[in-house]
Amino acid sequence: MSKKVNFVIDGKECQSEEGLYLVEAAKENGVYIPTLCNYEGLKPKGSCRICSVKIDGRLTTACTSPVQDGMKIENNTDELNEVRKEIIELLFVSGNHFCPACEKSGNCELQALAYRFKMMAPRFPFAFPRKEVDASYPMIIKEQNRCILCKRCIRGIKDEDGKRYFAYRNRGQDSLVVPDRKMMAEMSPEKAQEAMDICPVGSILVREIGWIEPIGTRKYDKAPIGSDIENNQ
Amino acid sequence: MSKPVIATTSLAGCFGCHMSLLDIDERILPLIELVEFNKSPIDDIKTFTKQCDIGLIEGGCSNSENVHVLKDFRKHCNILVSVGECAIMGGLPAMRNGIPIKECLREAYLTGPSTTANTSHIIPNDPELPMMLDKVYPCQEIVKIDYYLPGCPPRADLIWETLLSLITGKPAELPYDVIKFD
Repeated sequence: MSKKVNFVIDGKECQSEEGLYLVEAAKENGVYIPTLCNYEGLKPKGSCRICSVKIDGRLTTACTSPVQDGMKIENNTDELNEVRKEIIELLFVSGNHFCPACEKSGNCELQALAYRFKMMAPRFPFAFPRKEVDASYPMIIKEQNRCILCKRCIRGIKDEDGKRYFAYRNRGQDSLVVPDRKMMAEMSPEKAQEAMDICPVGSILVREIGWIEPIGTRKYDKAPIGSDIENNQ
Repeated sequence: MSKPVIATTSLAGCFGCHMSLLDIDERILPLIELVEFNKSPIDDIKTFTKQCDIGLIEGGCSNSENVHVLKDFRKHCNILVSVGECAIMGGLPAMRNGIPIKECLREAYLTGPSTTANTSHIIPNDPELPMMLDKVYPCQEIVKIDYYLPGCPPRADLIWETLLSLITGKPAELPYDVIKFD
């Protein structure tokens, strides 16, 4: 059995195994640290900064920081939650996130985080970039308007040889996540579903199943994102 | 003390948010007791006849007339509330944003599949018609907006609770499931 470490989150005494990332260690103790680019089973990347916490007074990402003995962590504070809300608002204005017309609405992590942090309207002006809807693949539709470039699909969706179905194209504000056309031609329905599920927003859609779940029964209709962790103490 | 005065309008919207206001069902009776309506499609008053307390704005700004009405509301309403996704982020009409206006008008009147009735092949250009804006603007990018009610449409309970709280000055009690973006 590996060594146990003790740490404190917002005054709460917590204990977990050594070496876990802070997001996981907190989860084991019933503390929710919000994440977006992070996905269970994938190597953390720390790019979206939603999981920003203060460790001994210094701002850092909880998904990439291993827990250490004696750590004092600030998580659910007004200051950090404001930073998180700001990031979500930036994501909303930098793409075209029109929730009423989105198949993923109700199951979308970006939307759920906006609900959790009570975003009523973004404080920034909308960019309204012109993006394409790429419906040229047999199994999926790639909706670039909604892509937040979190790389979860690139990192997580691979075939049995480890070849990736998605890749980055271009740089900076022109960055796009694009499917590999050859790989897409052979994509199985199960793999397509996996890709849709790994996408936190509605950017990867399996064909012909949009709005299959009625309003009221979707993942974040009744309870905020993270409440399953908080109720599991 | 006289009753608070409410004005409402639909700019580039679909009237769905007004329909949602009607979804308060029997609470419409206490509402009539609590407030007086001024310029609004609900009572069909076309122009402001006095200064109002609360203005509810549905829809974003797609043309010059929308901007004119919105500025008129800002002038005549002490509190302005954006109601619904279109007022907050442009909504469905904003799907044309990013596409040049010339391209939109050509598609709609000259080259699109539904243009067969336009036998004279013109883009409507009567001076009476309001000018289309280069893109659809959310209301907060044109005037100052005091409160936002997201939703498509915002739930009736959200509209009701907000109105009640603005009228009575008590904090609104908004459960998790009344604030939704769809």
